[in-house]
Amino acid sequence: MGKWTRRSFIAAGVVGGTALVIGVGIRPGNRNRKLEQYVTSDGEHLVNAWVKIDAQNQVTAIVPHSEMGQGAQTALTQMLADELDVDWDAVSFIEAPAEDVYANGPVGKGFVLGDTKIPNALVGTVDGLFQTVANSMHLQITGGSASVRATGVYGMRVAGAAAKEMLLEAAAKQWNVPVASLTAKSGMISDGTRREPYATFVAAAGELQPPYTPKLKTADEFTIMGKSKPRLDIPSKVDGTAMFGIDAKIDGMVYATIAAAPVFGATLKSVDDSKAREVKGVLDVVKLDDAVAVVANSYWTAQKAVAELDIEWQNVGQDTVDSKSIFEQFQNDITAAVANGDVKADIDAGDSDAAFASASRIVERQYKVPYLAHACMEPMNALALVDQGNCEVWTGSQNPLGFKHQIAEAIGFEADNVKVNNFFMGGGFGRRSRPDAAIQAAKISMQVGKPVKLIWSREEDTQHDFYRPAVLSKFRAALDDAGNPVAWENHYVDKHEPAEAPLIPYAINNQAIGSVDSPTHIPFGAWRSVDHSQHGFFTESFMDELAIEAGADPYQFRMDRLKAHPRHQKVLSVAAEKANWSGPLGKGQGRGIALQESFGSLVAEVVEVTVTKGEVSVDKVTVVVDAGFAVSPDGVKAQMESGVLYGLTAALHGEVSIENGRVVQGNFDTYPMVRMDTAPQIDTHIINSMESWGGAGEPGTPGIAPALTNAIYAATGTRIRDLPVSQYDLDVDFVESDSV
Amino acid sequence: MEITVNGKVHTIEAESDTPLLWVVREQLGLTGTKFGCGIAQCGACTMHVNGKPMRTCVLPVGAVAGADITTIEGIGNQGELHPVQQAWVDAQVPQCGYCQSGQIMSAVALLASNDDPSDEDINRAMSGNVCRCGMYGRIRTAIKSAAKNEVAIYDPKAKGAQSSNVEEVTNG
Repeated sequence: MGKWTRRSFIAAGVVGGTALVIGVGIRPGNRNRKLEQYVTSDGEHLVNAWVKIDAQNQVTAIVPHSEMGQGAQTALTQMLADELDVDWDAVSFIEAPAEDVYANGPVGKGFVLGDTKIPNALVGTVDGLFQTVANSMHLQITGGSASVRATGVYGMRVAGAAAKEMLLEAAAKQWNVPVASLTAKSGMISDGTRREPYATFVAAAGELQPPYTPKLKTADEFTIMGKSKPRLDIPSKVDGTAMFGIDAKIDGMVYATIAAAPVFGATLKSVDDSKAREVKGVLDVVKLDDAVAVVANSYWTAQKAVAELDIEWQNVGQDTVDSKSIFEQFQNDITAAVANGDVKADIDAGDSDAAFASASRIVERQYKVPYLAHACMEPMNALALVDQGNCEVWTGSQNPLGFKHQIAEAIGFEADNVKVNNFFMGGGFGRRSRPDAAIQAAKISMQVGKPVKLIWSREEDTQHDFYRPAVLSKFRAALDDAGNPVAWENHYVDKHEPAEAPLIPYAINNQAIGSVDSPTHIPFGAWRSVDHSQHGFFTESFMDELAIEAGADPYQFRMDRLKAHPRHQKVLSVAAEKANWSGPLGKGQGRGIALQESFGSLVAEVVEVTVTKGEVSVDKVTVVVDAGFAVSPDGVKAQMESGVLYGLTAALHGEVSIENGRVVQGNFDTYPMVRMDTAPQIDTHIINSMESWGGAGEPGTPGIAPALTNAIYAATGTRIRDLPVSQYDLDVDFVESDSV
Repeated sequence: MEITVNGKVHTIEAESDTPLLWVVREQLGLTGTKFGCGIAQCGACTMHVNGKPMRTCVLPVGAVAGADITTIEGIGNQGELHPVQQAWVDAQVPQCGYCQSGQIMSAVALLASNDDPSDEDINRAMSGNVCRCGMYGRIRTAIKSAAKNEVAIYDPKAKGAQSSNVEEVTNG
């Protein structure tokens, strides 16, 4: 990969003799025929890497993110179409192919900078540096709630605006009039007398140098952004025609399912497959390093036969680990790190030691959360064909380009010889950023010489995930005479992403927050909202406990400590107002509140519960979100609803426990879900603060667990410090809180 | 053996204990119905068997010979959406969409027997269908809207009856 320059962020080239390429990831003068073959068909002109316009003036956005239900493909298409000034009806989209030219620079930038705010002056320009980073990391990731806030803001809008300016300039030249005399609207260019579709000027525009800083619209000029356009992928999802990875089919395909080593890290020692091979329809039994797969004429046959395998695994000393020993390890590691000064500081503000030494009172609490599986509705699967030095894979991936490179590496191929065809994902939530099932499918296909559709059982899916990590988090607060917290200390195990997840927005002068490494053998990965899913619960629970200790209203207690953050105050106060925070409550009812900033967005949630004979009914959730600007308000609302439910299922029921080094839970009977009969009413309110645009897919999740447990406390006096809630017996009388 | 799916008789080859789901997906190529759990816990595999919503991941194909089977592909009418499908679009229900075939089949069956379902009725009929994207509120809205709009209630038996003479077939 060559060196990218600042000017290469938006660049142009001519392909196919007549068509134009502009866009992110195309070097100036790079006549990228390779790109064109993936995205154009006869009579179409590629207008840039993210947009093409055909002879009928139909616009196709080329979206470099995959769809797992988050609606990003529609929102990104809206952003491009609005800046390009075309009618929504004339716009459709395709997903970008898994090719290096679509490596996702803006997301790469997120990896480099974390959530550092980009100065407004740079929005709409952005240099190619991050493109280099992304290319080198083979990123084409959908995650981090980054589609709109990164790709959309820095990519799709800029690409649309640049394409429009180039079309206008081409028209001005052709008509020999000043650009300023032309207007572009609804896919047409007019000089007041003449009116021609964009398509007329596409070829000529291709000869022009793209603008480095195209003028973006101001909010009052938006015509498509800010409107709830129906999602483009929904029609296919109501009539059975939407194609998910599990639906992919090619000629000669056979089916496989797998039994992987139950204890993570164990390898295959031996297998007696004689009974499995006797099952009618079984074609082969394939040994992998840490798994055995049965290949058959049907998934069902393969599944029946897998149960007949007699496998011996070579464990490597992890088979004595269980959830209890893991949390004991966490506890011991934190204690040792604190004693030895080995805590890695996230923040060390003020003088916490002095504040604790002179405290009127010290409140000490610890919280813990278990491992969680993603439990995507569509179990992991992939179709792979390895043939004559080439590998082709059909699957649903949050990172198709990463899959291409990781599969190539795993089977010893050059990446150029691996092709990944991406499909809709039946849930992603972070899980489908991992290529493990696709690699297995490729390896099985290599051995049997046929296209193999590998489908995991639900049990296999639950027991071989990359889990949301279990965490223990220990807090202390120093209180003054009036009960105000003057120091906040938090030590927790295993820091991942995003770095700011354990931080708090509240005005407490002395803060000592830091992590302690305490690795386990359990594979972990990103789970919707990543570290915010744990730390949102910890910090907003402890904050609630401090409010109770101070004898204060938990809402007002937070508001009083957010005076430096008017945006936070606004979100929180609107939530309190919409939820009727101070309104009357019946017997067994309670309200809880929580606030969390994540992925560039602020979300406050108020939960209303009724606890009857120990049963928690979650009656209502009020959500207020400030994502800067909601490109698709209904899309943001849908993501809040979804994020809340995902987090609620985890808070109420979610627990992956470990026994003898392996996961105990298997199917939905042991890993239960919130269903229709227990789902709360969710009221979502959107604030368009017009601050920098944030994400939507994840920010709804972190606040629900603490808002729920704070509500349960308000209703029952029982403080829940360990999730899930289901392990508590709430059919008890009032319990005194155990302050130290 | 033969099975009747969406009004058409198909000759299939399968062990009689093979769940209907896999026969329909793999042999008939109708992939709109999904696999989620394999133990009738999630509802993604819901089809209608003689008009009743059934979890086909545990329903042996040998048990449905001669029955009228309807899948998500069979409830619309020649390219037109079934009113419940349209209500799903109007309420923007699906996110990932994977569970929605099963959700819609459960909802169609509910509305076929109850044209004004209460919240409790909806809870009873729909709680066997898991939506990991959590779109329960929108599903409820869509069901009520389809009911309120006095949709032409789909009658799978009538449709099955039009198809052909279905022969009783034996297992295997």
